[in-house]
Amino acid sequence: MSVFAAPGADGSAIEVKSRYQHYIGGEWVDPVKGGYFENISPVTGKPFTEIARGTEEDINAALDAAHAAAPAWGRTSPAERANILNKIADRMEANLEDLAVIETWDNGKAVRESLNADLPLAVDHFRYFAGAIRGQEGGISEIDETTYAYHFHEPLGVVGQIIPWNFPILMAVWKLAPALAAGNAVVLKPAEQTPWSILKLLELVGDLLPAGVVNVVNGFGVEAGKPLASSSRIAKIAFTGETTTGRLIMQYASQNIIPVTLELGGKSPNIFFEDVAAADDAFYDKALEGFTMFALNQGEVCTCPSRALVQQSMYADFVGDAIKRVEAIKQGNPLDTDTMMGAQASNDQLEKILSYLDIGKQEGAKVLTGGDRAYLDGDLAEGYYVQPTVFEGDNSMRIFQEEIFGPVVSLTSFNDEADALKIANDTLYGLGAGVWTRDGSRAFRAGREIQAGRVWTNCYHAYPAHAAFGGYKQSGIGRENHKMMLDHYQQTKNLLVSYSPDKLGFF
Amino acid sequence: MVDRVDVTEEAAKLLRRLTVAHGPVMFHQSGGCCDGSSPMCYPDGDFLLGDADIHLGDLDIGVGRPVPVWMSKAQFEYWKHTHLTIDVVKGRGAGFSLEAPEGVRFLIRSRLFTDAESAELNPV
Repeated sequence: MSVFAAPGADGSAIEVKSRYQHYIGGEWVDPVKGGYFENISPVTGKPFTEIARGTEEDINAALDAAHAAAPAWGRTSPAERANILNKIADRMEANLEDLAVIETWDNGKAVRESLNADLPLAVDHFRYFAGAIRGQEGGISEIDETTYAYHFHEPLGVVGQIIPWNFPILMAVWKLAPALAAGNAVVLKPAEQTPWSILKLLELVGDLLPAGVVNVVNGFGVEAGKPLASSSRIAKIAFTGETTTGRLIMQYASQNIIPVTLELGGKSPNIFFEDVAAADDAFYDKALEGFTMFALNQGEVCTCPSRALVQQSMYADFVGDAIKRVEAIKQGNPLDTDTMMGAQASNDQLEKILSYLDIGKQEGAKVLTGGDRAYLDGDLAEGYYVQPTVFEGDNSMRIFQEEIFGPVVSLTSFNDEADALKIANDTLYGLGAGVWTRDGSRAFRAGREIQAGRVWTNCYHAYPAHAAFGGYKQSGIGRENHKMMLDHYQQTKNLLVSYSPDKLGFF
Repeated sequence: MVDRVDVTEEAAKLLRRLTVAHGPVMFHQSGGCCDGSSPMCYPDGDFLLGDADIHLGDLDIGVGRPVPVWMSKAQFEYWKHTHLTIDVVKGRGAGFSLEAPEGVRFLIRSRLFTDAESAELNPV
């Protein structure tokens, strides 16, 4: 075990300034209106630095810088851009431990996750898109002997990106890497709950990019996010968040007639068929871990497997074993590498989870374990901690239908495959799902029937860059990850060329 | 008639302040990830309502026009058996809701309607 020192404290090499400005045009600049807001670490519930409070004026300055940089950046060769992305990845990898501690301090997640998931995935994402852009090709269509359609990829220009707080660096990188690979300049607005880690990343890698290619303006949604999303000077907006803001972003985009990609969450079913318990072996153990995955990142994952569907015939034994696994989760200081589950990201998030624990109990769901706030000692006493919780109930209950975004799973049983699929698809959302079975045909059938963009089959919460991620139904529009993501950040230019000297004869 | 939605005094106080600063406001209840399940407060007219939405009720905040509360029809199907109270807690917000810069966040508290209440619910 090791416990990292808090950034800025004795024993930590990580610098924490008293305040952080915007990153615009390759420079650190004060907010035009001069405002700053406190940034709180969820680990302790206490403020540790101040962050520039952006307004429309700062967004406009960032858009100016991005528009100044975009034409030259868009003309760089794919090799040049790929080399820069690879250099960013290398530098992140060389500083991975510090970045992981920074991420944990800003977001509250257990450092073993930021060390082993968030940061390695972010590094790999840059490398993947460095490769993808080198490998991308346009097309030539032979219309007839003398007429050819050439299809080129062109960058969109300047794009806006609004980042969520649950994986502040990784979600930023999911949006940045394809946008930059495709040759766009970016104005990025981090979440106001977690504005710091992305600035630390820019401190580290900002010099690798031409000035103005990436611009970061922090601030509140209504003051900074809205002027970015509604600007007539962006060619696309990407947003991860919730449905009402998603609709508002589409509304603004409709006024400017620009494309949107939206990732708006889910209520992902995790289905355990009876053959999982056919043997007490490595696979059974893996399935129990799969059940417990709802606690990853304290449940603050859009694809949190927050509905567990367990077949009736093995329900009692499997659930008994699963509860033991949940109760083995070690909560504690997020900076301790032994800690398995850290702090919720903000006070309002904590309050929201507690309000769901309340309505779950009122609706008659049975608490099998957890069910309350967790109180830790010492410096952590005011941090935002919740006990990992398993509710047993019915799919019509609100705790089965709404994304709690906390370490809470709602458990129910099913009779057969048809029943499982009916429950799984009885939701407004369709982002993720899990299927656990030793029967490959059943896994395939179920996976095809579930209305969700990602069906993990005998695994969960894996996020390789080469697998498309995105939602059906109200979970959003578009995909992230995978080389298809380049299309979301590119225009198609078609040159339709005639090599014939002969006229049509119409006029 | 039984109302579907109510507001705490603390939240009403904040709504009065927001109304002074921004003019008449409205709520649209969100769903989904991150700050999903939070009630979003916007200046009237900012958020485009349509046939996909249901008007849950109006909050009397003591001054000006009552504050309308809306939710998507699809979401209402899963929420209709619960009474909602809009409260406010300390927090960071997110989304474009008006209160976030004040360091507070509107929050929904829920309770089940009793059978007697269910029989007399306001039609939507």
